[in-house]
Amino acid sequence: MRMKTFAAALAGATLVAAAPSYAATEIQWWHSNTGRNAELIGKFVDEFNASQSDYKVVAVYKGSYAESMSAAIAAYRAKNPPDIVQVFEVGTATMMAAKGAVVPVYKVMHDAGEKFDPKAYLPAVASYYTDQRGRMISLPFNSSTTVLFYNKDMFRKAGLDPNKPPKTWEELGADAAKIKASGASCAFTTSWQSWVQLESTSAWHNVPFATLDNGFGGMGARLTFNNPVMVKHIAFLGQMAKDGRFTYVGRSSAPDSKFYAEKDPCAMITESSASYGKTKKNAKFDFGISELPYHEGVKGAPQNTIIGGASLWVFSGKPKSHYKGIAEFFTFISSPKIQAEWHQVTGYVPITVAAYELTKKEGYYEKNPGTDIAVTQLLLKHPTKASKGLRLGNMVQIRNIDNEELEAVWTGKKTAKQALDEAVKRGNEELRKFERANR
Amino acid sequence: MSSQKRAQYPVSWLPYALVAPQLAITIIFFFWPASQAMWQSLLVQDVFGAHVQFVGLLNFRELFADPYYLGSFWVTGEFAVLVTGSALIVSLVLAACCDYLIRGTRGYKMLLVWPYAVAPALAAVLWAFIFSPGVGILTYVLRHWFGYDWNYLLNGGQALTLVVIASAWKQISYNFLFFLSGMQAIPKSLIEAAAIDGSGPLRRFATIVFPLLAPTTFFLMVVNVVYSFFDSFGVIDTTTQGGPVRATNLLVYKVFEDGFKGGDLGGSAAQSVVLMVIVISLTVIQFRYIERRIQYA
Repeated sequence: MRMKTFAAALAGATLVAAAPSYAATEIQWWHSNTGRNAELIGKFVDEFNASQSDYKVVAVYKGSYAESMSAAIAAYRAKNPPDIVQVFEVGTATMMAAKGAVVPVYKVMHDAGEKFDPKAYLPAVASYYTDQRGRMISLPFNSSTTVLFYNKDMFRKAGLDPNKPPKTWEELGADAAKIKASGASCAFTTSWQSWVQLESTSAWHNVPFATLDNGFGGMGARLTFNNPVMVKHIAFLGQMAKDGRFTYVGRSSAPDSKFYAEKDPCAMITESSASYGKTKKNAKFDFGISELPYHEGVKGAPQNTIIGGASLWVFSGKPKSHYKGIAEFFTFISSPKIQAEWHQVTGYVPITVAAYELTKKEGYYEKNPGTDIAVTQLLLKHPTKASKGLRLGNMVQIRNIDNEELEAVWTGKKTAKQALDEAVKRGNEELRKFERANR
Repeated sequence: MSSQKRAQYPVSWLPYALVAPQLAITIIFFFWPASQAMWQSLLVQDVFGAHVQFVGLLNFRELFADPYYLGSFWVTGEFAVLVTGSALIVSLVLAACCDYLIRGTRGYKMLLVWPYAVAPALAAVLWAFIFSPGVGILTYVLRHWFGYDWNYLLNGGQALTLVVIASAWKQISYNFLFFLSGMQAIPKSLIEAAAIDGSGPLRRFATIVFPLLAPTTFFLMVVNVVYSFFDSFGVIDTTTQGGPVRATNLLVYKVFEDGFKGGDLGGSAAQSVVLMVIVISLTVIQFRYIERRIQYA
């Protein structure tokens, strides 16, 4: 329904915009945004189309990330791919392995003569989509990171200082015990357990998730998240699950709503910073945002967290005129004004430093405290080899394996060590499979 | 007798022309994709199709060396038995009640058929909401009124219960329709004669109605087993995603996960071939050994 009105509005707007320029080159962009985010994308596209007459960008919603990626790949195999497709971060290695199918963004920009400086982007964002030689392969678009949301009202009820959220996991554990003692049924939960508790937590403590610089160094990487730091962390959460301080309520983003549920809400949740928008809309209480906790005494912690979200990929085999238009459009949507608006409305991080500065200057962070946490956390230190992101194939399967093994810890079926060893072993098999298919 | 059955067509090509559309549909929509799946199961390729290698039975060898895959067989079998069993029993009881009633059956029938119009994924969303550990109404009722801790995301047994309920709920309507029409096809004189001889409704059901329904029951059993093997992934995807741990990781869900989401085309094609072989052999067994015992009226 919403999609329909959006599509109709888009069609109407593009008709108006296209009227004076009958022969504009059409650029297809397949994306996976819904609701408010999709409306905003429609608005950006309209602005771009109205700003010039040579190109007409057409934004098409193609379903979930997995769906639009499958659709784009199928279209490529049928020799008719879109110009641009939005791909989630776990699909990055798959897209990068597809030599010949995609044109790297640095090349698109260079060939079109567009000014393009990878240094303009937040380092932790750019590094995820950059190759070993520092060249950006896809254009960051919507990025978020892992933060802690907490319910200030429940903190007050438990006798805790609502302006002193836990900084370390040890503090979080102690706070959770007090919250439980105050009668709450859920003290702490987490969304995206693989991303938050394994991938981002590894980066946050500056311990590698996999060998070969987390896979950036090429094929042949092996998972290493069964190291002592991560075993300690998962054992810590396992203990919290056992004594009731951690309530597990599901995979992916499903637990988000448990934070603002009317009945039995959780007092704390580690989740994506991009859920700020919906949390703000639904929460009927005072809440705060804080950095992802870390373990005291781990050398180098906190480092920086890693991002989630999606980036834009350009397919090969289109007429030359298309790439010129794509480059212009990319410059347009990376501009501080557009990125600042995108950041403020959606809760994704501003992907460029300029957009962050602009938002700061506009006084947005003063009016919406906590919304800059994600950015400061990404900017905390310059990304290291262990914290710049992941470049691993079959990441969808690996996250599924992580989900299964972590659930075995939360239910007490396995110890943290057993589960992580098994997850690493099974995950390595997936990596070998990916290498074999992409040789 | 045999001469009566054999009809003669004036031209020899006509019968072929008449079945041609049906054959074409079967070939294009069933045999062609199935043969594609078989061919792909022998290949290893990247999603973009840039590197395609023929690997023989490697994909199958890997599957059967994976203890987790073998575990999925057990879960799928359990799921199929539970869904088929509960959907058949509940719909049979409902149909018998409806057949026994004289007044008001229209509205009752209509209400019972409604769930069938709901798509599996949608049905699952409904049930998932009701049973959601976070916001579900039933979770709340169970915890606060009965002190029972319901969290299907951590308890494998509860997760399986949930997906069985969501899957069977939808099949009940379908089965109900067939059972009811089967019952109404049973000559009233048989029932009346038994009634005059003094047998009550339960006895009439056990000795007359149920045996005469055997062909319908058999047909529905085949349909329900195939449904629970193939059509259940929407329910799993919207509720448990195969978890917790692997409690609801059905064979068909893994095909979808690996192939569609994970981009492992060879491995997922091999899984669908395995699934195809299972369903074909189950159907053959059902027809050869169970159907023999059935008396068609």
